[in-house]
Amino acid sequence: MRKIKELVIERGLLFSALITIAVTVGIILVLSIEAFSFFSEVSIIDFLTDPEWTPLFTNKHFGILSLLSGTLLTSFIAIAFAVPVGLSISIYLSEYAPKSFRRTIKPLLELLAAVPTVVYGFFALMVVTPFLQTFIPGLSSFNSLSAGLVMGIMIIPYISSLSEDALHAVPNSLREAAYGMGSTRLQNSFKVMVPAASSGIIVSIILAISRAIGETMIVAIAAGQQPRLTFDPTVPVETITAYIVQVSLGDVQHDSLEYKTIFAAGITLFVFTFLLNTISYRIRKKFQEKYE
Amino acid sequence: MGKKKKESVIESSIKRKYKLQAKDVKVWYGDFMAIKGISMDIKPNKVTAFIGPSGCGKSTFLRLFNRMNDYVDGFKMDGTINIDDKDINDKDINVELLRKQVGMVFQKPNPFPKSIFENVAYGLKIQGLKDKTFLEERVESSLKQVALWEEVKDDLNKNALALSGGQQQRLCIARTLAVEPSIILMDEPTSALDPISTAKIEELIYQLKDKYTIVIVTHNMQQASRISDNTAFFYLGDLIEYDKTNKIFTNPEKKQTENYITGRFG
Repeated sequence: MRKIKELVIERGLLFSALITIAVTVGIILVLSIEAFSFFSEVSIIDFLTDPEWTPLFTNKHFGILSLLSGTLLTSFIAIAFAVPVGLSISIYLSEYAPKSFRRTIKPLLELLAAVPTVVYGFFALMVVTPFLQTFIPGLSSFNSLSAGLVMGIMIIPYISSLSEDALHAVPNSLREAAYGMGSTRLQNSFKVMVPAASSGIIVSIILAISRAIGETMIVAIAAGQQPRLTFDPTVPVETITAYIVQVSLGDVQHDSLEYKTIFAAGITLFVFTFLLNTISYRIRKKFQEKYE
Repeated sequence: MGKKKKESVIESSIKRKYKLQAKDVKVWYGDFMAIKGISMDIKPNKVTAFIGPSGCGKSTFLRLFNRMNDYVDGFKMDGTINIDDKDINDKDINVELLRKQVGMVFQKPNPFPKSIFENVAYGLKIQGLKDKTFLEERVESSLKQVALWEEVKDDLNKNALALSGGQQQRLCIARTLAVEPSIILMDEPTSALDPISTAKIEELIYQLKDKYTIVIVTHNMQQASRISDNTAFFYLGDLIEYDKTNKIFTNPEKKQTENYITGRFG
């Protein structure tokens, strides 16, 4: 009887594991098949080089670059804002703050990641953009600057929390060595702790980039829906994710070429996040070896 | 001129009969009293060993001399610690400068995850010294002092973590010597090492006392008797006995000391 119970539990666990693998494989398969049928109609060279993306117009262009530039621009702004802020927070919490303060503030910071992204999106559109417009006169109501900044706020805890974990995991003996040599707190932080935790910090940044590239709601609401090959942060753009939302919610006919564009866009996005996750996995593996 | 200089050296060594002085020092961690009022003087250019069972306060006491307890939660201290007749807990004391003068070697070798060269040059670099030839010379002379130069001179750019435990500990001593301290505190420097590495470090300590004042905490009584000139026996936060090493190990005054060194407890 007991043996059967064990067997049922074991099979149950195996089944749960298999489901997640099956879902992943299924997603990749659907993406690939639909994207393949898209690329049988549109040349991959046009896809990668055409500067315009107008699949819903009569004069159709399928250049992913203008969507990609929107994604990269908003992500770049988010990262440029979140890395210095997140890293400062992590260094402060790990090397300066009293333990009790750290214990209270860290979970509070992590709440930032728990705010629904649709709230962030409206925050960007209704609060941050009007605020920025007071000193950037040419700023459109939809722009990548405010979407990027708010996305930066959202990903701060990814960087601060994971980097703080990495700094905290540095053996205390190194801290003692640094202080024992006469380092100031600042020298200890930047010359010893940050280099020693560098792989963990890099992983946190890559995961944050990956999160920013995949983020949908904030950019769909606040950055606009106009595909445009530009690096000007004050004008409306459209990201890959926002485009997918736009088409999925619209009345485009299934199995049409227009509909298949979302799979081509999706697989581009997938390639990016997959690469980033692979890099971070590699770095993490190397990092573990170093301390064993 | 030469004569005058010699006289002043003699004069200052008379004046500074003691390098380190503790006066009625008490230490608390929260409500726990770790050191219950210790006064002692430590002579320059000697090796002074602190012995005693675990938890007797000897490491805590050692760390008072470079204020390494400052970062410990709940640490509180009373009394004075003087180095060269200066109170190191004075408000105008720069802790970073103090720690350059009072080097420390820890229980477990703790090189930075950097190259061998960077490890030894670290203390100089954080002082803002950048001259490459000067750094190279100082790294070489420091590594020679700890007899590590011959073993590592061809791969100074190798990561220090790739060295053996004994080599790492000698590297940590070299790193301390590079900033030319006058005092070196050692907190059980050989407890994580094999006997051969231990012998090398002991020999090194013996040579270093010509130039430095060394205070060493050790659990190994043979080690204390081999390398130290003076020995202090600590028990439950008190200094029980402090005398010439020879006297402590052959004819101690106190019964407790005798019980400890003969292995009856601890």
